[in-house]
Amino acid sequence: MSSTLSPSNQPADSAATGTARVKRGMAEQLKGGVIMDVVNAEQAKIAEDAGAVAVMALERVPADIRKDGGVARMSDPNMIEEIIEAVSIPVMAKSRIGHFVEAQVLQSLGVDYIDESEVLTPADEVNHSDKFAFTTPFVCGATNLGEALRRIAEGAAMIRSKGEAGTGNVVEAVRHLRQIKNEIAKLRGFDNNELYAAAKDLRAPYELVKEVSELGKLPVVLFSAGGVATPADAALMRQLGAEGVFVGSGIFKSGDPAKRAAAIVKATTFFDDPKIIADASRNLGEAMVGINCDTLPEAERYANRGW
Amino acid sequence: MNDTPVVGVLALQGDVREHLIALAAADAVARPVRRPEELAEVDGLVIPGGESTTISKLAALFGLLEPLRARVRAGMPVYGTCAGMIMLADKILDPRSGQETFGGIDMIVRRNAFGRQNESFEAAVDMKGVDGDPVEGVFIRAPWVESVGARVEVLAEHGGHIVAVRQDNVLATSFHPELTGDHRVHGLFVAMVRGSAAPGAL
Repeated sequence: MSSTLSPSNQPADSAATGTARVKRGMAEQLKGGVIMDVVNAEQAKIAEDAGAVAVMALERVPADIRKDGGVARMSDPNMIEEIIEAVSIPVMAKSRIGHFVEAQVLQSLGVDYIDESEVLTPADEVNHSDKFAFTTPFVCGATNLGEALRRIAEGAAMIRSKGEAGTGNVVEAVRHLRQIKNEIAKLRGFDNNELYAAAKDLRAPYELVKEVSELGKLPVVLFSAGGVATPADAALMRQLGAEGVFVGSGIFKSGDPAKRAAAIVKATTFFDDPKIIADASRNLGEAMVGINCDTLPEAERYANRGW
Repeated sequence: MNDTPVVGVLALQGDVREHLIALAAADAVARPVRRPEELAEVDGLVIPGGESTTISKLAALFGLLEPLRARVRAGMPVYGTCAGMIMLADKILDPRSGQETFGGIDMIVRRNAFGRQNESFEAAVDMKGVDGDPVEGVFIRAPWVESVGARVEVLAEHGGHIVAVRQDNVLATSFHPELTGDHRVHGLFVAMVRGSAAPGAL
């Protein structure tokens, strides 16, 4: 595995921070788990008690960003620090696409992962942030394999399929994960001649395309995001090949967040055991209402942000 | 025991896949373990890296705490990395409320002792029982061992802190050999499962 170590991150005791292995390895530790959106310390504790492997600190969950409109930005540093203080599990936070100064701020606050996220309003319509410039690892969204590989080429250490955040509707999450998995499966059968053309079609570096063809998977961890609202949704994404799930609005926009959070954790671990998923699905109270994605205007589709 | 022991990887959450690959490379039959009946079928067990609070909660919810403690007391070889090391400690210095461990090693561990993700690092580690070059230590929000009891053998230190230990059939490292492609530490553990690497004989 290549190292992204620069001399400046090398302390005197010859320990190397910010390497590709340390960044990607962090995501490996999250596998099989649920990462939950939280907007304050109290929600973060509920998430941790429910068995979340990490929390995503943000000012408004995507459902509220949709409702409120306006420009969605990085969260208040005070709020992020309160959440870091409140829990011992890793804390992630979102920067706008291409807003590398928000990312610098998040790194200085000590967050464990930065999500360069389409849920916030993009700051740059051409360039994503150079993620190799950071010690803190990045997770980025993708709707297809080419997009995932372009993000990895920019230094992303983890990928999540985008789905359509804040809708409570799993249909787009399924579409994007299936797309990524199908494109990976196709590469498996390609010979070297075909891989050059595939790289051109995917608009991704040949080396990464070749690596995916050999591995039969992305070189980084792949989670699913955007629309998971029930234990069965989470298990569906796992059975489709996601190594874990992000749950945004689905938990704290529901009737009984603590119970639903714990239920989604159980179903994510025992994603292939319908009896356990059935038990986890009992008496959860009201799920978030949800939005039908086919009635969502093009301009309100977050998945179209980023390229 | 025959020459190809069956070694489980506790598959509630964490980097299970990498441990399965490393164990297979070290000539064990590797399989995931999520249920008490699956635990009963293995000769040894790896507790992977992951989030110790999540693993602890799921182990309690799905009835694995007591059966696993019983197997460890009965001498089943167990190896824990990072969160797995925390799960094998008799005591956690700063547990979350209600956080339970399997125990097995008379030690006190400090969670996230080396810092948050920005402080996560790689460093060469000389480890007793692993011949040749130092192992590549990948430390991710890693714990260290604050103190050990008399029966615990310290196998490695980094920066003055204990990062690898063994007590009888229980092995633990703060770092993640499963992420490196170097399978010597898994080889040591598989030898313990075969019964050919006696404690104190390293």
